[in-house]
Amino acid sequence: MLKTPFFPRQIELCESMNWKEWSGYHAVSSYLVLHDMEYFAFRNAAGLLDVTPLFKYRVRGKDAAAYLAQIMVRDITKQSVGRVAYLCWCNHEGKVVDDGTVMRRDEEDFFVTTADPCFSWFSRFLRGYDVTLEDVSEQIAALALQGPTSREILKQVCDANLDNLKFFRTTRARIDDFAVWISRTGYTGDLGYEIWVENEHALKLWDALMAAGRLYALRPAGLDALDVSRVEAGLILKNVDYYNALHVIIEDRKSSPYELSLGWTVKLDRPPFNGQQALRREKENGSAWAFVGLDIDWPETEALYARYGLPPEIGTSAWRKSIPIYSDPGRQNQIGYATSGTWSPILKKNIALATIQAGYHEPGTEVQFEMTVEHTRHTVTAIVHKPQFFNPERKTSNPGSTA
Amino acid sequence: MSANSTYDAIVVGGGHNGLICAAYLARAGRRVLVLEKRHVLGGAAVSEEIYPGFTFSVASYVVSLFRPHIIRELELAKHGYEIIPLDCSFLPLPDGDSLARWADGNRSRREIQRFSRKDAEVYPEFSRVMTLMGKFAKQIIDHPAPDMGSLRLKDLFGMARLGKAFKSLGPDLFHLNLKLLTLSAVDFLDLWFESEILKGPMSASGIIGTFKGVRSPGTAYVLLHHYMGELDGAFRSWGFSKGGTGGVSMACARAAESYGAEIRTSAPVMKVTVNKGRADGVVLDNGDELKAKLVVSNLDPRRTYLGLVGEEHLDGDVVKEINRFKYRGSSGKVNLALDRVPEFACRPGDGDHIRGDIAIAPNVDYLERAYDEAKYGAFSRRPFINAVIPSLTDPTVAPPGKHVMSCFIQYAPYHLKEGAEDWPHQREAFGDAVVDTLAEYIPGLRDIILHRQVLTPWDLEQQMGLTEGNIFQGELSLEQLLFQRPLAGFANYKTSIHNLWMCGSGTHPGGGVMGAGGELAAKSILKMI
Repeated sequence: MLKTPFFPRQIELCESMNWKEWSGYHAVSSYLVLHDMEYFAFRNAAGLLDVTPLFKYRVRGKDAAAYLAQIMVRDITKQSVGRVAYLCWCNHEGKVVDDGTVMRRDEEDFFVTTADPCFSWFSRFLRGYDVTLEDVSEQIAALALQGPTSREILKQVCDANLDNLKFFRTTRARIDDFAVWISRTGYTGDLGYEIWVENEHALKLWDALMAAGRLYALRPAGLDALDVSRVEAGLILKNVDYYNALHVIIEDRKSSPYELSLGWTVKLDRPPFNGQQALRREKENGSAWAFVGLDIDWPETEALYARYGLPPEIGTSAWRKSIPIYSDPGRQNQIGYATSGTWSPILKKNIALATIQAGYHEPGTEVQFEMTVEHTRHTVTAIVHKPQFFNPERKTSNPGSTA
Repeated sequence: MSANSTYDAIVVGGGHNGLICAAYLARAGRRVLVLEKRHVLGGAAVSEEIYPGFTFSVASYVVSLFRPHIIRELELAKHGYEIIPLDCSFLPLPDGDSLARWADGNRSRREIQRFSRKDAEVYPEFSRVMTLMGKFAKQIIDHPAPDMGSLRLKDLFGMARLGKAFKSLGPDLFHLNLKLLTLSAVDFLDLWFESEILKGPMSASGIIGTFKGVRSPGTAYVLLHHYMGELDGAFRSWGFSKGGTGGVSMACARAAESYGAEIRTSAPVMKVTVNKGRADGVVLDNGDELKAKLVVSNLDPRRTYLGLVGEEHLDGDVVKEINRFKYRGSSGKVNLALDRVPEFACRPGDGDHIRGDIAIAPNVDYLERAYDEAKYGAFSRRPFINAVIPSLTDPTVAPPGKHVMSCFIQYAPYHLKEGAEDWPHQREAFGDAVVDTLAEYIPGLRDIILHRQVLTPWDLEQQMGLTEGNIFQGELSLEQLLFQRPLAGFANYKTSIHNLWMCGSGTHPGGGVMGAGGELAAKSILKMI
């Protein structure tokens, strides 16, 4: 197991000793025994999360944009300098390999983040392009600074004009004597930034942010708090909500971008790219599955528990397991499965993310969510919703302007 | 002869397959006797104290393919079956570098990416494909093999099942499967990997127990045979049997006895008695005659047909085919008793990297050169070695602080250019070549060896009855598999003699401490009696 450059600070702060493995790194699950204060930091102040274990690649050269456009479902050639694109990439069958972001730092200089190691996959398409692909995963550390006060904190330490930095934009900046890249991105669905720094300056970055954050109720936050936030924001997670098409054992586990509610990232009408033909066919013929949110009826849940003399026993952590979804309370007709969910502390709703058969996916459709109470299976009504439950204005707005 | 002195079945040979066969027959209420030539049970799956205080897995040294349903059905865990997993595959390199592959995928990726970043990421994709292939193969190994030349209903059903299994692969994997069955291990690995670092140790799996090189066609299949241990819900594929590989055999023996089977050791069988074309008992070397309704041979095809039965009872075509069945053993064993933990120059000190298997297979050319020498009748001066130090994880096999190191060596061709009988004269030179090879990676090795046991293919034949020293009772090459193992027309555990059955590695699905031969033979027999 590896330690990220922030480990020396984290080990001192991680009172719960609650860690997990993330791509071979030690990662904090929660600093405190209960993660909810870290979640509320994301939503009310700011949380600081180590995202170094993400895989990071630099793509440079004359053909960098064309090369990435061939791999990615978005048309990278149309992406202007300073913009960040969230997207996925597919195999030739139009099934998703991974999702991530592409940042255009300069005309011929891109920075790509992925969840799985993708060097080998990206390398397969290098031929014929004047481009270099460099895996910088272990040279670049990263912190996500997320929450309503994140802009003010970051303004204290860096020289970039953050008031003008729009959602999904990236900029170079200086903090004290070192350079960083800042992107207005994150996995919480809130106002927030990710700061990319060379390993040698990582601890100085952490210290500067923690010092500046003291006035803005900044807390170090772990992955448990992130998980609650990302379900509220309807952001998919690899190996939970979908699988890498290169690693699955059975065909049924592959998903297309349309089936993951990522159809908006796919740009079909342009020169050939990976999966284009299959995606075009799917777009024409329709998809078999859809990715949706579920709002699980709370009064019905309370009533179900009340039959056993219990208050609703819903954990405070997000969950990740497969729960069957039916069209009928008799559980005769299964129409899909939920893959993750959480009690949303801010919405006061019990929500889930689910893959559901086309036809049942329109918002407002009533479905039945399986719920086991006192070792007995029941169902509770759930209303289909778009995956995104929480989307505050501050996420995309800038000071002095409206969103 | 009184009725109660007649057995329902006599099993000749107390290897793990014979014992499993006996256990299944006894469990079904049959009166069964197992006769073992040696003083210990297990055949090649045997543990022996060769040097005081040190227990060696004399021949077979790791377990992977053992069929898990046999463990459940015979309650082997209750009878002492216990496998300790290997966490690592370690590859020391001559230039002072090394590679360790771990159960932890991220850890392996980081190790491999020092040599090739692409190969590091392709490695899990390769594992995925091999898992799928293994899933397919599993449908084949857990059933008797249908005869593709037959139109009997049973064979047609079997072929339909096989066809379904093939269909389930889908077109991409179907084509890959054809490659797997025909390509060399190196060509197959070339479809995935760019660097040498994985091809050396991984292609070596393709030659184990065959007289072929890593570039010889057909070796890709053997690679799969060794990859199949990934299946069966086992997270870690290979393991040590507690107390040595004999532990597996002893658990099978205790299970057989618990169901009422009788087991005699030091009881060599000279002949199977054949009356009017039917086997009806055996003759021991002390002259005793024992009668049985049927006889099951755990011996290899040649020993069964030409040894136990004899040419006088056989059709000329059968004799010809049996003589053509290939053995040509190509490997030996060197077992070392060590005074302390051996230390590798490239990764000094004790550590988890030496608690798995250790391969001396630095690159493809090294392996192919080792084969070159063997082709012309000499043992490899720098052989492929697969070594384990089970005492680091199982303290029952050596005194505290001392260790046993079990080394599988290839190539040691049975047919030396001086003739197989010259092996006793070359045995120590062969042992020296192995120690010299290992000492290039473990500089202090010679000083810590307390005892050295060298088994050439000649010794495997003399001691364990493995014809020409082949560890699988016959090569695992495509033409000797499925319904052609051992003979087309006489596969599926039957022989050309009525009431004489076979259950060893020389039957489908072949070798590797699987137990499938013993189990499937017993289940086939129970359908008949």
